[in-house]
Amino acid sequence: MAALSVIRLLATLALAPLLFSVINRVKAAFAGRQGKRLSQPYRDLAKLARKGAVYSQTTTWVFRAAPVVSLAAIVAALALVPLGPPGSAPSFTGDFILVVYLLALARCAVVLAALDTGSSFEGMGASREAAFSALAEPALFLCFLILDASTHRSNLGVMLSGTALSSAAPELALVPITLFIVLLAENARIPVDDPNTHLELTMIHEVMILDHCGPDLAFIQYGAALKLWLFCAILTGAVLPPLGRGPWLDFALAVAGIFACAALVGVVESVMARLRLPRVPKLLALACSCAAIALILTLWR
Amino acid sequence: MTVAALFEPLMIALILTNLALLVTSRTGVLIRLIALQGALLAFAPLFPVANLPAHLALLCLAVFTIKAVAFPYLLSRTLRRIDADSRIEPYLGGGLSAAAGIGGLLFSLWLENRLPVPPGLFAPLLFPAALTTIFTGLILVVTRKNALTQVIGYLAAENGIFLFGAPLSRQGSVWLELSILLDVFVGVFVMGIAIHHINKTFESIDVGRFCTLRD
Repeated sequence: MAALSVIRLLATLALAPLLFSVINRVKAAFAGRQGKRLSQPYRDLAKLARKGAVYSQTTTWVFRAAPVVSLAAIVAALALVPLGPPGSAPSFTGDFILVVYLLALARCAVVLAALDTGSSFEGMGASREAAFSALAEPALFLCFLILDASTHRSNLGVMLSGTALSSAAPELALVPITLFIVLLAENARIPVDDPNTHLELTMIHEVMILDHCGPDLAFIQYGAALKLWLFCAILTGAVLPPLGRGPWLDFALAVAGIFACAALVGVVESVMARLRLPRVPKLLALACSCAAIALILTLWR
Repeated sequence: MTVAALFEPLMIALILTNLALLVTSRTGVLIRLIALQGALLAFAPLFPVANLPAHLALLCLAVFTIKAVAFPYLLSRTLRRIDADSRIEPYLGGGLSAAAGIGGLLFSLWLENRLPVPPGLFAPLLFPAALTTIFTGLILVVTRKNALTQVIGYLAAENGIFLFGAPLSRQGSVWLELSILLDVFVGVFVMGIAIHHINKTFESIDVGRFCTLRD
């Protein structure tokens, strides 16, 4: 089981940047373009890793520590999220709480680094990121609580084994919907934020990392890919029931599901426009409300 | 999947339309949502019975025609004619309204265990769905400034009451339901005319302006 967990984690670390390529290819297919090479995210990361870093004199150690802290926190969270049964090796009761707080730690590091630069734009981005993630986090927690209440186990390995659709309770179908909205919000995708825009007035996530460069930026970009993988893995785990033909096939199925999620993100990005900033909290409040209704009905049963 | 297995998804869909009614900020969307709720509601009386009697089929058809087709048509015609601002200005914002709706759901789940109803009368989830729909209607009537939105709130409350009556409709209350449906239809018709007059008199359908009325 330990070997399986290590291989799953290594596969995650290796394949995560490919999610960006999949999203890019889907968007390109919708727009009638050819799209970037599939290896482009890896090339970008390698290019950034080769460069040197420039630090502003305003910044302190907080700015330098942030990329490392955020990447480390996300990798630690990834180690806890299973890719098909059995659960990950370090799994324990209540591990979903640690996952949510590790994600919060990663976000907190980047937000503090953005404030550390002393730039007003980055402060604005940090404020938006903090506000929106404060709304997305309850939705994620509520989803985990629903899965917890319906499986009676506070363990991600059990909670993320296709609970949402294999059960007869129809309110659990709200879980994947809420998780998908949280995925879009947490990973700064359309309709919440556009990762390709560079207009400071409307940027959320990207504006916080304007002052990072070289290896630091590579760490943050790689962390973003891993975070997207993590949320896709949670969504896939909640939806796909295990096949029961051994852990390797379930692992392959989970990876396929994760890429299907990325393709779905690409479809959403192709067919939707960005929401205006004041409407984003409404979307997240709606996600929270749906999750709250599903939780109430799950507990009522 | 059996027909009975579709009942709970239907009730959850009704609860979700209530949530959508509470958070939407456009009158046009609100009209479409109340049409959707009416269409969903038309299927509700079908479930307690195994074979479909003719009078029940008539009721479902009448509900669908009036709630999913006629009301939305009348309301959107009124909206078009008065040329009003299609944004909804609430006294209570979308988030708080949604929270109030969820509070209503919690209350109705609590109340279901407290009421001395004969066991087996209400199918699972029917009572909370019906009471939540009534609460949604009340919240819409109380917290929205726009007269058209208040009519929609009244319709939502009526939808909830209809849902309460759905399990009883096989015991011969179909004609009562049909006559109520006719009354509601006339009510909406009259309200459309009243809104038109409100709009002409006050140059707006904001009910807050009624306070400026002097003789």
